[in-house]
Amino acid sequence: MSERTFVGGIHPSYFKEATAGMAITPARPPSRVVIPLQQHIGAPCEAVVQEGDEVKVGQKIGEPKGFVSAPIHSSVSGKVTKIAPFYHPLGNPVESVIIESDGQDTPDESIKPNKALEELTPDEIKEIAKEAGLVGLGGATFPTHVKLAPPPEFKIDTLIINGAECEPFLTADHRIMLERAEDMVYGTMAFMKALGAERGIIGIEDNKPDAIESVQKAVAEVGGGYNLEVQSLHTKYPQGAEKMLIKATTGREVPPGALPMAVNVVNQNVGTAVAMTEAIKLGKPLYERVVTVTGPGIKEPANLMVRNGTLVEDVIEQCGGMTDDARKVVLGGPLMGLAQPTTEVPCIKGTSGILILTEEFVEEFPIDPCIKCGKCVDNCPMNLLPNTIGSAGEIENIDMAEKYGAMDCFECGCCTYICPANRPLVQWIKLAKGEIAARRKK
Amino acid sequence: MERKLVVSSSPHFKSPEDIQSIMVDVLVALFPVALMAVFLFGYHALITMVIAILAAMATEAVILRKGFFGDGSAAVTGLLLAMCLPPDASWWLVVVGSAVSIGIGKHLFGGIGNNTFNPALVGRAVLLVSWAGHMAGDIWGRPEPFNFTVDLTTQATPLETYDASLLDLFIGTVPGSLGETSALALIIGAIFLFYRGHIDWRIPGSFIGVVFILGLFDGGFTMGLYHVLAGGVMLGALYMATDMVTSPVTPTGKLIFGAGCAAVTMAIRFWGGYPEGVTYGILLMNGLTPFIDSLTIPKKFGEVKQ
Repeated sequence: MSERTFVGGIHPSYFKEATAGMAITPARPPSRVVIPLQQHIGAPCEAVVQEGDEVKVGQKIGEPKGFVSAPIHSSVSGKVTKIAPFYHPLGNPVESVIIESDGQDTPDESIKPNKALEELTPDEIKEIAKEAGLVGLGGATFPTHVKLAPPPEFKIDTLIINGAECEPFLTADHRIMLERAEDMVYGTMAFMKALGAERGIIGIEDNKPDAIESVQKAVAEVGGGYNLEVQSLHTKYPQGAEKMLIKATTGREVPPGALPMAVNVVNQNVGTAVAMTEAIKLGKPLYERVVTVTGPGIKEPANLMVRNGTLVEDVIEQCGGMTDDARKVVLGGPLMGLAQPTTEVPCIKGTSGILILTEEFVEEFPIDPCIKCGKCVDNCPMNLLPNTIGSAGEIENIDMAEKYGAMDCFECGCCTYICPANRPLVQWIKLAKGEIAARRKK
Repeated sequence: MERKLVVSSSPHFKSPEDIQSIMVDVLVALFPVALMAVFLFGYHALITMVIAILAAMATEAVILRKGFFGDGSAAVTGLLLAMCLPPDASWWLVVVGSAVSIGIGKHLFGGIGNNTFNPALVGRAVLLVSWAGHMAGDIWGRPEPFNFTVDLTTQATPLETYDASLLDLFIGTVPGSLGETSALALIIGAIFLFYRGHIDWRIPGSFIGVVFILGLFDGGFTMGLYHVLAGGVMLGALYMATDMVTSPVTPTGKLIFGAGCAAVTMAIRFWGGYPEGVTYGILLMNGLTPFIDSLTIPKKFGEVKQ
């Protein structure tokens, strides 16, 4: 068992067997895609196509309006039928470009290979990442080119690639590391070059020994000239959380409220590294990604390469549909994913999984009084007091929630998972955080 | 068919552990202790434990009107109370103790999670001051292994004689409360609780450690061990002080709490009116728990101590 880890965290059942052994296969080409103009943290995009326009695969359809933003590309060739608000995985409807596919998949002329990595300058790499619309594919969807361009006062010495995949059920990153290890390593080298980082660490949880082996082999084969290290990490949720991963791999602790660059580190996800490679070698923008379709409520679990804007219902249908007792559809993993009120919602850049949960996962338990067992305190990776902050949120004592560090909570959900009194601690903390954020804006 | 989907905020996944499963684990942990008590003190011990558990559950059932076993916490309180009673306690003493534990110790404060003091120890403390002759007299049942008869011969406890052998104290073949004498059985149960993640090493560690250190002043290494093994320190440190509801949640707080329990216990042993002070040591620190918690807020991840 690997020693590299952080303090706290939980050991849930991982349920990865259903899809860990299944190769990534292309999803059925969608006849219609709904591509939201906001798929990343930051400013939304503005449509650069109009209703009635013909578009090609990889053609830019959304142009960013701010620096912290990333362009959005068409994932099919066909005709723009409508630009209107549509259901979005994050909740509120978002302006979306709806395209009927012509089934031809005609590539856009802009898609052409770039120079080899050796000939690219750091600025060129950042530009390629930006033009390809790369965002963090782990789920947070922070624009990659912004991460690659930290303010000059921060010297980045280490790039960390997140191959932890600590969320139960999900296996997309695992499959990428098995099937696309060389592309992943190449992308890692591109990130290192863009940042001027001397050291690259690829952190993988030790429940994926085959992935560790595969990536080590790829590093030996294509990683020449770069200081790359594959680290085996202790399997524990949330090992893949940015700050926990940095702690486990480098021993550095990111201060409360700060970003990883404060400790000279940048994190990227394995999927993002592969997308970087495709952007360099093929000129391919980010219009598809690997999605794990899984859970007890899906008939045929799979790891699929899904085009951006494919509706969740289309994906579910080609996986045999939902079982009769399916009750909940979650985009992402079971601990931080978002439950959807409808399957008529598009897969976007941040959709790492479609998780269909059944009756036993939606059972509601009565909320008991806190028995002060302290398990949430022992398991909180941020070393907060979730019992106190949660109870403050419950009674809407916002001052107290803030005083005890509600804003340092990144909502991993360990406290709610572990609470024997069934107290929705992280949910109360989220409510308090919303109030605190609203107050600070005033 | 239009399928109704459940929407809720994450996480969508919960550990199977709940209050009832924790209480069942505590009962399982106390099983070796109970078994040892019957082995040492015969069927008196069994009757005392059964009466204590039933009376505690009945009191809770009357107060809550919700099932007899409920979340199992009343059964745990009843059994813990029995553990610190004389093996041949009169039935009415046991019933009153259980009723006081649950009624006053627990529900007067608002029920599970809200009680300030360890309910079993509240029950014991009330019995101790109300029926001192029955509770803290000079004579206790002498353990007679495999003697399952009605009669127990009596003898003074090791904290009055200070002449028991360390081996007897460890195995439990000395007079005392029915669950406190066998360090061996107590440790076996505690290892189970530790393995299941229900107790933390800090409270028992600092409690037992400080008792040992203070015991050194009473006559060196042997007396240090004697103070740890004699009386209620093992039972108190492993099962009473670690009661989740009434002990601190912060790591530093737990250390302070255990040390405080030990200090009060030893002060009573050295200078107090009772031969044993574990009950009052823990109850006093229970009262300080909210203050300890608020003074020992842990450093956040990444935070540099000022």
